[in-house]
Amino acid sequence: MTASAAAPAGDAPPPALAVRGLTKSFGGLRVTEDVNLAVAPGERRLIIGPNGAGKTTLFNLITGEIAPDTGAIFFNGADITRVPSRQRAHLGLARTYQIITLFARDTILRNVTLALLGLSPLRWNPFVDLDRQHHLTDAARAALARVGLEHLAGRPLAQTSYGERRRVEIAMALAQNPKVLLLDEPFAGLSVDERRDVATLLRAIPRDVTIVMIEHDMDVALEFAERITLLHFGEVIVEGSRAEVVADPRTREVYLGH
Amino acid sequence: MRRITLRSVAITVAVLLLATLPLWIANTYYVNIASQILLFAVLALALNVLVGYGGLVSLGHAGLFAIAGYTAALLLEAGHGHLFSDLAAIVAVLIASAVFAVLALRATGIGFLMITLALGQIVWGLAYRWAGLTHGDNGVNVSGRPTVLGVSLAGAIPFYFATLVVFLVAVAAMALFVRSPFGASLRGTRDQPRRMNALGYNVWLIRFVAFLFSGFWTGVAGLLFIYYNQFISPQVAALQSSAEALLMVISGGSATLLGPIVGAAIVVIMKNVVSAYVERWNMALGIIFVLIITFMPEGLVPGSVRLWKAAWQRIRRRPATTAALEEQRP
Repeated sequence: MTASAAAPAGDAPPPALAVRGLTKSFGGLRVTEDVNLAVAPGERRLIIGPNGAGKTTLFNLITGEIAPDTGAIFFNGADITRVPSRQRAHLGLARTYQIITLFARDTILRNVTLALLGLSPLRWNPFVDLDRQHHLTDAARAALARVGLEHLAGRPLAQTSYGERRRVEIAMALAQNPKVLLLDEPFAGLSVDERRDVATLLRAIPRDVTIVMIEHDMDVALEFAERITLLHFGEVIVEGSRAEVVADPRTREVYLGH
Repeated sequence: MRRITLRSVAITVAVLLLATLPLWIANTYYVNIASQILLFAVLALALNVLVGYGGLVSLGHAGLFAIAGYTAALLLEAGHGHLFSDLAAIVAVLIASAVFAVLALRATGIGFLMITLALGQIVWGLAYRWAGLTHGDNGVNVSGRPTVLGVSLAGAIPFYFATLVVFLVAVAAMALFVRSPFGASLRGTRDQPRRMNALGYNVWLIRFVAFLFSGFWTGVAGLLFIYYNQFISPQVAALQSSAEALLMVISGGSATLLGPIVGAAIVVIMKNVVSAYVERWNMALGIIFVLIITFMPEGLVPGSVRLWKAAWQRIRRRPATTAALEEQRP
């Protein structure tokens, strides 16, 4: 498989993220079934589907945390199917987790600093004081400011609320300055007010970042997305613009079950 | 600021006490005990890198400790100089650490513990059974201590100072390591390995490098040990030695700098001093560990800090509540 396989004909830029014929089984269970996906640069894509549709598995395949059985993944036209997960972060692929995955013993600032350190050669340095690496801590504070948490930078994560942790998740991904950002249910468990705040901060992300979001909360998510992909039993059932997917009878069938 | 100065005062006092110890402890027996505490503290600090900061519990460190000790002892016996023998011992322990790490880092948690235990037992088996090389149960004698910068370390007091210097360098290296970006990386792989991988860290390689760092200081402690005892036998590589090192780390408080040092002091004092008065000193040691784990499961040092803070807050809160009550009174 070559890089050009993902690139459409002509001078149009290759999709920021593309997936071709991706399949993954856990034992006898096919969780991802021949999924094809192409997300244009700067696009806001929403992935919806009932529980167990294989949405998070698709994210895990894209970030390389699990390996696909067949199929290929392309990042800005380059085949990254065999690139280790950690190197995909260096290419510009960042994600948040549905189940909050943070460093509970550290402060909020240290959490975000670790996200920045992951992309810095400094992470191997055993001789300097990390707290004095001001280019890292300043950038971490800037990322916290983007999610409105800079006033809590010094607070231990254990003393933060669930809604604040959701925003730390997003700050860590944003701090890495990704080209493609994968958000796994960023609104899960948030109050109405918190949801509105998170929606505002997501809207403020500039267009040079491509965003793919998994979300159940249709009110905020539909407003955000330009194109929607509906997954069901690991397969893409419907894909199209917001209006097309909402109007499609198969969407109704999957969600209302008749 | 107050805490920082308090801390630096405490460190200065501790270093001054250690540096003048032979002046106020005239008995060389106790000076030797102090040397033992310091050299085992280096071992405990080394093990703490993996146990405390890496979340990787090793039960094979006595094997690495013994590999450094045997390499140097055998080379010295063969007539090589101290510098060559010691450098060769460090190279050997680094190679052994790399082999241990490659095999053991296939797993974490209990799997890692079992593999390191097995590797440690292999070293013990070789030391015990490969008599042609190691003289088996008879062990290897180390005929003399080196002379460093014109000072012979043959006496108890010069040896104590040499051990103190090595110990202080080890503590400084650990303090630097804990605050460094690499230390933060290692702790990150302990707390959230999956996230660390997604953030761009090479989790396996971070653990591997940490294992080498731990192995290096374990080797240094092994060298101090053979010069202290001037003898090494398979007992040094036995599972009990690995378990004792682990008890030092856990009882004192893993993932702290001071904890392993305190833990080393407890174990060495129990083994040497208390055993002179109490025949069943092993039982006394066991009781102490049970008490520590029951009342301070996080270890003696963090546990004491926690109790101290709780007591301090109670003292401070009492006048505050009285004042509040008085305010409410019309």
